Amino acid sequence: MEPVIHFAPYTGWVYPNETVFEWSVLIAVYPYLTGLVAGAFTVSSLYQVFGFERLKPVAHMALLTSLSFMIFVPTPLLLHLGHPERAFNSTITPHLTSAMAMFGFFASFYVALLILEGWFAYRPFIVAQAQKRTDLLGRFYRLLTLGSYDVSEHAMRYDRKWIFALAVIGIPAAHGLHGYVGFMYGSLKSREWWSSDLMPVIFLFSAIISGVSLLAVLYVATCKMRKIAVDLGCLKGLAYTIWAFIMVALVLEGLEFANIVYKGREGVDMIMQYVTGPLLVPYFVLQFGIGAITPFLWLSYMIWRGTSGKALIVGVTICACLVLFSVFMMRWNVVIGGQEISKTGKGLLSYHMPFWGKEGAFMAIALTLAPLGLLYVLTRLFPPWSDAATHAHS
Amino acid sequence: MTKESKPTLAARRAFLTKLGGAATCAAAGAAALAAIPGASAKTEPAADGAAFPTKDYDWTKHQWGFGVDATKCIGCLRCVEACKRENDVPANAHQFRTWVERYVHLEGDDEVHIDSQQDPVNIEASGSEKTFRFANRYKDAKVYKAFFVPKLCNHCTHPACVQVCPTGATYRTEDGVVLIDHGYCIGCRYCVQACPYGARYFNEEQGVSDKCTWCYHRITKGLQPACVEVCPVGARIFGDQRDKESPISLFIRNNRVQVLRPETGNAPNVFYVGIDKEVN
Repeated sequence: MEPVIHFAPYTGWVYPNETVFEWSVLIAVYPYLTGLVAGAFTVSSLYQVFGFERLKPVAHMALLTSLSFMIFVPTPLLLHLGHPERAFNSTITPHLTSAMAMFGFFASFYVALLILEGWFAYRPFIVAQAQKRTDLLGRFYRLLTLGSYDVSEHAMRYDRKWIFALAVIGIPAAHGLHGYVGFMYGSLKSREWWSSDLMPVIFLFSAIISGVSLLAVLYVATCKMRKIAVDLGCLKGLAYTIWAFIMVALVLEGLEFANIVYKGREGVDMIMQYVTGPLLVPYFVLQFGIGAITPFLWLSYMIWRGTSGKALIVGVTICACLVLFSVFMMRWNVVIGGQEISKTGKGLLSYHMPFWGKEGAFMAIALTLAPLGLLYVLTRLFPPWSDAATHAHS
Repeated sequence: MTKESKPTLAARRAFLTKLGGAATCAAAGAAALAAIPGASAKTEPAADGAAFPTKDYDWTKHQWGFGVDATKCIGCLRCVEACKRENDVPANAHQFRTWVERYVHLEGDDEVHIDSQQDPVNIEASGSEKTFRFANRYKDAKVYKAFFVPKLCNHCTHPACVQVCPTGATYRTEDGVVLIDHGYCIGCRYCVQACPYGARYFNEEQGVSDKCTWCYHRITKGLQPACVEVCPVGARIFGDQRDKESPISLFIRNNRVQVLRPETGNAPNVFYVGIDKEVN
């Protein structure tokens, strides 16, 4: 039987209780999934609220993606809890000073909002299917109509008002949800690496680029799978969005790091030893160099040169994959990195991630990919393609 | 020499009879305790469910406080072992409710060397993760300055752990002790992360966070915390801050005390004497 305690090797001076890593890779997966939700919703809002017409082909996909990932957001947390059966204690009797206690409310509200907005967006499709189908699936769609078969122009206008309103509310809800995840780390004064006012906004902008990148990858992949041409205008729209937000994300993260170094408070020597040592590759090379600066330069080049056709598709897809990787590394470097720097400011620990087990690498990968499975099912039930006859609201 | 009166003789005889009886009982008791491994070090049962919460204890009438006189600590680690036994802290070298830090300055070396009982070198010296001792690792070096610092939960007035607990399972009592309701804790470990002092650990077998309670089950009965009770040099001081003549009140009054990491705003209630600038 494997030992219950996995203690971490360390150098220098660390508190005895710190030699056990309490927040595993799953706690890095949690903000990663939440970020993808917020980012995907941003794309939906850019179309629904701000009228970015070129993003129409991915607008419905964005909603479904956001919902699929949101449903899986609590899973890494539940797996991590010592008493998952008591998880609702924080919702039934929330401790109001706790950032974490509000999670259940924010998340539930946001899931409800997504389902409602999705329902309005897909209502014409649901009604059509309910009337057309006679099989079991027909019964499912009939149930989903909630008894409303009115798809007249008057009813549609009413629906569109709701979609707009929900999309408007969804913007602060999605971004608030993710900014708040950043606050959960930034508000802790026990670790210099976390304790930053910039943390919520850093989380937010990295979330946006990750969600938009996910949609870019999903859009290209689904076009290939469905053997239809990629709408280059839409892809360019996504690329511009990534490019614009990646700049902000980079500036914020740069400022955050500069602040830590420039203020040079107690423990900064250990942080410098850490970032130039164990964190050199994950932080500077993977997260910044390969994951953020490379796609930024590549996207800049493509925008400058007006790249089009296959080069654009390949370029944007690779850049989007790099951004997805970069944002995961950012979550890793915050959650795991924060714990690798001892609270004493005089020692470093090293986290060893097991492959198997409740909180191992396999589980982390499975939980990150699981929403894609749900997304596949949802796209079968509610086709998000604007080219197909989905009759969804546009 | 005057002849002793009869009542005096009778009283002395009665006293000796009682003494004999007490000695017999003590011997029998000691033998019985010796038969139970580890129990002989205790002065009270570890977890007497029936006796806790203590009857007639009024938590509005006390304000507990803890003092550490680092100048007295000899690093014997009896406190650590007593705490582990008293509170069923897992018998390993990674989870502690209290610990002792050793600070050593060597001649010609600007850097301070810090270790605690969990250090692999010290564990090797003790021979197990159940008993603890500091290895004599500096015997061949020229020590310029060295001292020990006992550490434990600071039972802060504004505890970061209580602030972040999503369920309110950890809370501050009226008498100034930060406790955890193990029946309500969900095991998220946010409190472990939030504590700037590293005072909390996660009990994997029970699935809940844990930390020092100042032996709440003992102090509410008028006893001392286990670590205070066993300290052979009086380096740990405990008492009621409301009682101006209590050991802790006298300790605070008669010394220039300081707390750890005051900049956090946590307002700790463990007061230190004799610690150096490196201690945090």
